[in-house]
Amino acid sequence: MITVLFYVFAAIAVGGALGVVMSKSPVGSLLSMVATLGSMAAIFVLLEAHFLAAIQIIVYAGAIMVLFLFVIMLLNLGHDYQKDLEGGVLALASFATVGAMAGFLSIQLRGAGLAEDGPGGAAIDAAMAEHGVVGAIAEPLYTTYVVPFEITGILLLVAIVGALVLAKKNPA
Amino acid sequence: MITEALVLSAFLFVLGTFGVLVRRNAIIMFLCIELQLNAVNLSFVAFSRIHGMDGQIFVFFVMTVAAAEAAVGLAIIISIFRHYETVNVNNFKLLRW
Repeated sequence: MITVLFYVFAAIAVGGALGVVMSKSPVGSLLSMVATLGSMAAIFVLLEAHFLAAIQIIVYAGAIMVLFLFVIMLLNLGHDYQKDLEGGVLALASFATVGAMAGFLSIQLRGAGLAEDGPGGAAIDAAMAEHGVVGAIAEPLYTTYVVPFEITGILLLVAIVGALVLAKKNPA
Repeated sequence: MITEALVLSAFLFVLGTFGVLVRRNAIIMFLCIELQLNAVNLSFVAFSRIHGMDGQIFVFFVMTVAAAEAAVGLAIIISIFRHYETVNVNNFKLLRW
């Protein structure tokens, strides 16, 4: 059952990614991206990362995609249907390159013979049973990784100030 | 399940790379970069089934950095659009040779 669900959501994710790359209209790309993000969240749930699935929907599909849509509407690019795929030889060459990359990667991963569920999976399940779904990720986040966590806060502050300074109308 | 997730992550990353290479619309190139970040997130979550909770915490940080990057990048796109009236990167050739 889980395997079937995984393949369904994987197909939606790859189809959405193709839509992002191929769609002529920016809004179409954006909606395909939301489909991809949603199915990725479902795959996160299948991999027992419930908190990250919720964050994926709230932050990515909710906030970041709305920010993109807002910029598209603000700059009035919704009707920008021009064909902007780099034509001819370059596109074919890049497609061949990235296709070969994907092929080699999947062959490599198939050959690696990874276990179905390693020791980490058991540790995560135990932590979730003890602390709950959010507590399992919060406990190491606020102990081992507390310094990176605080630095992330500073990064967000800098990003807010930087975005304001960059996007504000220059009087000069 | 882990292997399949890693293969899916490889495919999504490659599709994102392809998009960055062939699209000329700055916003869509940006969207493809987000796709690449998401593919990496998926492989982090898959590997967390082997190596423990640290992978999921990395995904948390990647998402935060992606949000900050989206805010700053879109602000840059807005200020470039004010100057050139377009977001097609073929027109930004001041620093090109």
